[in-house]
Amino acid sequence: MAQTLRVPGSHELRRVIGDGEAIPDGEVEGLEERDLLELYRSMVLLRTYDERSVVFHRQGRVGTYAIFWNHEAMQAGSAYALERGDWIFPSYRESAIGLLRGMPVSTVLSWWRGHPSGWWNPLDYNVASICVPIGTHVPHAAGLAWGKKLRGESGCAIAYFGDGATSEGSFHEGANFAGVMRAPLILFCNNNQWAISTPLAAQTAAETLADKAVGYGIPGVRVDGGDVLAVFEATREAVARARAGDGPTFIEAVSYRTAPHATADDPRAYIDLERVEEEKARECLGRYEAYLQRAGVLSDELAEATRAEAAEALRSGIAAAEAEPPADVALLFEHAYAAPPASFAAELAELRELLDG
Amino acid sequence: MAELTLVEAINDAFHTELGRDESVLVMGEDVGRAGGVFRATAGLRDKFGADRCVDTPLAEAGILGAAVGLCMAGWRPVCEMQYDAFSYPCLDQLITHVGRYRWRTRGGMGFPLVVRMPYGGGVRAPELHDDSPEAYYAHTPGVKVAIPSTPADAKGLLAAAIRDPDPVIVLEPKLHYRTMRGEVPAGEHVVPLGEARLAREGDDATIVAYGSMVPVAERAAEALEGEASIEVLDIRTLKPLDEGALLASAGKTGRVVIVQEAPRTAGYGAELAAILAEKAMLDLRAPVIRVTGYDVPYPYWQIEDAYMPSVERVVAAVRKTLEF
Repeated sequence: MAQTLRVPGSHELRRVIGDGEAIPDGEVEGLEERDLLELYRSMVLLRTYDERSVVFHRQGRVGTYAIFWNHEAMQAGSAYALERGDWIFPSYRESAIGLLRGMPVSTVLSWWRGHPSGWWNPLDYNVASICVPIGTHVPHAAGLAWGKKLRGESGCAIAYFGDGATSEGSFHEGANFAGVMRAPLILFCNNNQWAISTPLAAQTAAETLADKAVGYGIPGVRVDGGDVLAVFEATREAVARARAGDGPTFIEAVSYRTAPHATADDPRAYIDLERVEEEKARECLGRYEAYLQRAGVLSDELAEATRAEAAEALRSGIAAAEAEPPADVALLFEHAYAAPPASFAAELAELRELLDG
Repeated sequence: MAELTLVEAINDAFHTELGRDESVLVMGEDVGRAGGVFRATAGLRDKFGADRCVDTPLAEAGILGAAVGLCMAGWRPVCEMQYDAFSYPCLDQLITHVGRYRWRTRGGMGFPLVVRMPYGGGVRAPELHDDSPEAYYAHTPGVKVAIPSTPADAKGLLAAAIRDPDPVIVLEPKLHYRTMRGEVPAGEHVVPLGEARLAREGDDATIVAYGSMVPVAERAAEALEGEASIEVLDIRTLKPLDEGALLASAGKTGRVVIVQEAPRTAGYGAELAAILAEKAMLDLRAPVIRVTGYDVPYPYWQIEDAYMPSVERVVAAVRKTLEF
């Protein structure tokens, strides 16, 4: 097991999955066959969600969508290291991570369809709302983790953000807060090396993002973001530290964004297409499938059945999302306040009269 | 009843509310060991412990962002911004999250947090210790804004803000922290949000003000004694506004002067004037006049008195409406 507290300057990426040739496969202590397959199911579900969403977007069935293809190992591996009571703070890149907590597919699709049924109650899943601005949820996760600790509760929190977010003031303030309060928090950076068109080198002069952890007095870990088992193991260690009262951990998961930032983006203007093809060839789900096959855990039949199950979840999910009744305009005025001001009722009545002609 | 300064009344509210509800905690820069740079939180750390009166890192967005997370963990955080203009970094959290999170969860989660800060000028302070930022806050959906003008209201409005289920911003007139004393009810004292206070009754014209401008309005009314009978309405809560009290007073006197310390353009006075134009047109016997700060950065303090709405400027504006 690799040491969690890394020394600045040692930039080794933690890996478990080998390449089937020179690099041998490792194992993660304590993970049994059913765990390995559960991780596989999670990754396939996320992959299927993502690929179908791009198609749904082209068909005009979901709006602008932030693609997370090749990020599934980071999401599934880290989420699997958490208990159900731990809190997840997703960015838009982890929009579907609630699926791993039992959130219906239709809920996430509805979010991207702009339908109110996509706005879930975080208490139902311990998954906070999707954070759309960059990094501003990091202080929320720090506050929640600190608040749990103050109450003597054992839960921890994980905040997901990208490499670009580490340039944001709110990342810094949240990470620093968590460090000072020794909050049980995992700062999970999916370093896919691109913030829309801005490469990592234009984002920071730091040698690695994990080096930033030193400034907060917390451990920084670098892990291969395409290796679901290495991500799981690193997160499990961070969770253990959090629960032991040892405070936050920064995990830099290094991957590569092989897809556009979102459906509205065309990366051909800025990205190295050859590199993209190389990275696609070693994408995270394929690597894990090969690992499981080498380990004799995954048969072709089981893989096929898992993919079919996910495809069906998406078929029924989009059907359920599209069957949602149209949102009523009364929702414009609901939930902004616990008790709406008197003016809202009058404004709604006036709006209804105009709409109803 | 005790006679307290305005800042003592705030401190009194804290002691009462933290004693009453164990989920209330105070956080901010220098609020613990020092008891706040104005001593608003003095004694809380000793009485309730360092976990309930927390010295935070110097990070306004971090403070408010962490408060969002604390709410999710079941706390009712009261955040101190050390000065008006130092609160601007927290506007990021306020606008993108604090005012939206209840809505975002479709009412599933509440965010009963308070942000309070000293505001306003007249204290001979360095730059950016003098701003009146209420319009930025009042413009943000999902948050409420209160500004007390008396020690009793400073206690009662803060208590109401702490008990409110939604985020409330409380701006406190720092000029009067120690220069104003008044009777303050002991123990629990709550002034409901959304209720204006008739500071002075009159028949000929209404001066509408809030916070540090209420005493200016009152002195202007006194200066006009014998000449005209002036009503002073202290609106106390900018959002939700006690529109009924505003319209009732305008209906009674037919003449309204609005006083705000903040710069003029798109200030809160413009909102009040717009409501009067929409709903009190036929009651008005003269145009509504605003007396405000100017559309300039808050000035060098050697000439700040010329920037501040003065009794003379308010009196002149009232006379204008009377002579219209």
